Amino acid sequence: MLPKPSGENGKNAASGLPHSSGDKRFKILELHMKKHQFRQDALIEVLHKAQELFGYLEDDLLLFVATKLKLPPSRVYGVATFYHFFQLKPQGEHACVVCLGTACYVKGADKIIGGIQEKYKIKSGETTADNKLSLLTARCIGACGIAPAVTYDGQVAPKQTPEAALEKIKTWI
Amino acid sequence: MQLDDLIAIAEKHKGSRKKIIVRTCMSAGCMSSQADVIKKNLETEARLQGLEADVEVRRVGCMGFCGQGPLVGVDQNGEHNLWEFVKPEDAPSIISALKGGACRVQRGDPKHPFFAKQMHIVRANGGIVDPERIEDYIAIGGYLALHHALTELQPAQVVEEVTKSGLRGRGDAGFPTGLKWGTVAKSPGAKKYIVCNGDEGDPGAFMDRSVLESDPHIVLEGMAIAAYAVGADQGYLYVRAEYPLAISRLQIAIKQAKQLGLLGAGIFESPFSFNVDIRIGAGAFVCGEETALMASVEGKRGTPRPRPPFPAESGLWGCPTLINNVETFANISAIINRGGDWYAGIGTEKSKGTKVFALTGKIKNNGLIEVPMGIPLRQIVEEMGGGAPDGRSIKSVQTGGPSGGCIPANYLDTPVDYESLTKLGSIMGSGGMVVMDDSTNMVEIAKFYMEFCMEESCGKCIPCRAGTVQMFNLLEKITRRQATARDLAKLEELCDMVKNTSLCGLGQTAPNPVISTLKFFRKEYEELLQPDPFGPAAGGAPLAPERVTK
Amino acid sequence: MAAKTLTIDGKLISAEEGATVLQTATEAGIKIPTLCHLAGVYDVGACRLCIVEITGVAKLLPACTTKVAEGMEIQTNSERLRKYRRLILELLFAERNHVCAVCVSNGHCELQTLAYSQGMEHVRYDYTFPKWGVDTTHRLFGMDHNRCVLCTRCVRVCWHIEGAGTKNVAGRGGKSKIITDLNQAWGDSVSCTECGKCVMACPTGALFQKGSTVGEMEHDRDKLEFITTAREKKQWVAAD
Ligand SMILES: Cc1cc2nc3c(=O)[nH]c(=O)nc-3n(C[C@H](O)[C@H](O)[C@H](O)COP(=O)(O)O)c2cc1C
Ligand code: SF4
Ligand code: SF4
Ligand code: SF4
Ligand code: FES
Ligand code: FES
Ligand code: FES
Repeated sequence: MLPKPSGENGKNAASGLPHSSGDKRFKILELHMKKHQFRQDALIEVLHKAQELFGYLEDDLLLFVATKLKLPPSRVYGVATFYHFFQLKPQGEHACVVCLGTACYVKGADKIIGGIQEKYKIKSGETTADNKLSLLTARCIGACGIAPAVTYDGQVAPKQTPEAALEKIKTWI
Repeated sequence: MQLDDLIAIAEKHKGSRKKIIVRTCMSAGCMSSQADVIKKNLETEARLQGLEADVEVRRVGCMGFCGQGPLVGVDQNGEHNLWEFVKPEDAPSIISALKGGACRVQRGDPKHPFFAKQMHIVRANGGIVDPERIEDYIAIGGYLALHHALTELQPAQVVEEVTKSGLRGRGDAGFPTGLKWGTVAKSPGAKKYIVCNGDEGDPGAFMDRSVLESDPHIVLEGMAIAAYAVGADQGYLYVRAEYPLAISRLQIAIKQAKQLGLLGAGIFESPFSFNVDIRIGAGAFVCGEETALMASVEGKRGTPRPRPPFPAESGLWGCPTLINNVETFANISAIINRGGDWYAGIGTEKSKGTKVFALTGKIKNNGLIEVPMGIPLRQIVEEMGGGAPDGRSIKSVQTGGPSGGCIPANYLDTPVDYESLTKLGSIMGSGGMVVMDDSTNMVEIAKFYMEFCMEESCGKCIPCRAGTVQMFNLLEKITRRQATARDLAKLEELCDMVKNTSLCGLGQTAPNPVISTLKFFRKEYEELLQPDPFGPAAGGAPLAPERVTK
Repeated sequence: MAAKTLTIDGKLISAEEGATVLQTATEAGIKIPTLCHLAGVYDVGACRLCIVEITGVAKLLPACTTKVAEGMEIQTNSERLRKYRRLILELLFAERNHVCAVCVSNGHCELQTLAYSQGMEHVRYDYTFPKWGVDTTHRLFGMDHNRCVLCTRCVRVCWHIEGAGTKNVAGRGGKSKIITDLNQAWGDSVSCTECGKCVMACPTGALFQKGSTVGEMEHDRDKLEFITTAREKKQWVAAD
């Protein structure tokens, strides 16, 4: 049983289903689910794959997963919002993840965050208006030996300062 | 695969070794400073300088001294050299130094206390073997312990050996590993599971990451031995999503072990079968708690459930489940190879063996160390760690992360073992050791941890969900100099209640950083308090009448 | 089944093996405060109000999920437990916006009753005044998130008994929220069978029948009786 279509101007919530959209990524996702024999306990692996393919988890996508794994949509939504790794909103072109784990914190990671927040007027978890930069925080990425660590588009950089971070972000914008 | 085949692989691999080995750390820390480029350049240089036949440039895991990275180690004529802060453009100099002559790179001192005071069991192969080549692991005796267990020991004997070793869980609480294995072995059930906890959520800790990235097979071998001992045939290795390198190396390791028949059906041509699947976390600290982790493996929200029943009786899908930490499993092959008595000879009376610590924060030598249990904290932070940088002095050492406490500098002579740390109101925890210098404000540190617990609370039980919010608000009020003695009393009352009534370990330990800083640094709190306008006798503002009315 | 002998608050009691401390105490006429417990659905041990002291056990354990054992000595009402319960209730009142005077459940609310019975007269913690919404899109029912205590009783009846799975918890920690399907308006849900079980199960005024005015909304727990019976007779089958 599917929930009624949601969203504005009659946009069908189920429009993401492969037969109606033809988006190849749904096919890939479905193959991934098949690899897991559509097991319900594979939900988190499937959401990882979905986010990898689509960048973030849109309602349509969650509904597609719910249908295929035969799980209540509320369950899929509940899981997707429990884990901070899953993004339900589109992200900016570039992502800067500042580690706020203990080792990085005592070495001044809060100043790095502060510097970026001040310069780009965004808080942690937000994206700039021009959609160029998303600022995120992590709780230890296991690189504490080279603290404070910042991840720029997935690439970890060691011993960062506010200046170094702003310098790097400038190359993106 | 039989013993002869295993030995043949080892011999063949050893026979094909080159004279000089240049080990490049390709673990998380050094990778962040282009270790991959360094390795490529070293390979190119070796070729250009005509040393291709003599030099093997090897990818290795973390050597421990991450703060001085990227590191390159050289084994030549029985001597070991270590180069620190290596840059990609240093490759020509490092290679030409192999032919004699100076090298422009900073030389590390392998006799430095940072290394000399260490004792390696868990990290024996870290920085030595190529984590992506199973032959490297086999060449140094890998999977012999599994063979020995399967062919010469009964499952009960394996449990007995582990019990004899005195090994205690390295995940947090130090539960005796042999006892846990025995319980799972005795639990009735046709289907049993092994789970390896690689969630490592403690911020400021990276021991498990390093083991998984540097020596994945030592963990897989430990899991397989455990599976044989308790009668399981399926394992799950839960790794946090923040560790992509560890995940990919584990995937490679599992594939290679399967190809050689060291995982899968009929291992060493015995009836014993064991498969391991990786499960990737998704950013939730609470999933390190065992019942939450199991919910997560089952694809659910990672909320803990009350124990009993313990996982040993009813775990994954209701089946008996053995869950141990990465480091716990990494100790197993050595215990089987060298005997429980040998292991029990290391450490103190109640804390056996070694422990890996991540030494970080305001300390000169950052990195990973493995030391025998019972070593005084002072030796770790002053001799090995070199004390605080910039001429400052150490104020306190935080162990146990958000569940632990801060040990003040005047207790530095405390031996590092489970009991001594607990007595000081801290815990051993998983091995994070964050050093704070005299510029650190301890109330801010307590607030930092409380914020962490508040954000990581799963929200299932009221004391932790709502209590961490109120405790955080009170700490915020104190640091903003808006609180009175009454607020401090409220904070202490909440600490006591949340500690005693929360459902899982997260809530039960969330107040610890506050309790411990209050115990040793109470003055720092009191200095921030304001005089109480209503006087200490006023029991708080009365409840607005419209709020609770019949 | 084998009988177990134990004492609760000094009273010698015989209980069936497998029974919980809560069941045993209730049968013996000893009242232990509960909030997340609901007869007929599985227990989650989440509200912690039913915690008891057991001699020889260092930790306080919830009565609703703890099974009886031979020789157990249980205290349900010590000064310490009463204090903890009061604090827990204070936390709940400070967490969201519970303004009883204007609540549809005023007078029939389990939270309100608990506050009275536990002698919780003051909330000494700062109210957080969060801005939670009200969902009145459903034809028959409404949900006021301001009054939700996240006991998940609605979630459990909807999934375990009705088998609809309409309701679940989204988010985590203090930001947890009861949702309908993909966090959409209740009125838009097709999975909801409009059975009303969640409304019956709710201990507070968070879930209500539309059209009820202040103090009018009674959660008819008797109606849930039939569900419990049906469940015991295994008339419904729902996997976990
Ligand atoms: C909030 C919380 C977080 C935890 N995180 C971890 C973790 O990251 N890694 C770990 O091995 N154990 C963690 N534990 C401990 C596990 O619940 C469990 O005790 C442990 O994995 C058992 O393994 P051991 O006996 O080998 O220590 C955590 C416990 C709690 C309460
Ligand atoms: S103590 Fe905290 S993390 Fe643990 S179950 Fe309760 S709310 Fe969840
Ligand atoms: S009315 Fe019934 S089906 Fe609808 S949400 Fe409530 S319990 Fe679920
Ligand atoms: S809506 Fe009612 S039943 Fe559901 S969690 Fe909230 S308080 Fe409990
Ligand atoms: S604390 Fe930042 S990487 Fe560990
Ligand atoms: S990461 Fe290279 S030495 Fe630790
Ligand atoms: S009733 Fe037992 S914990 Fe809520």
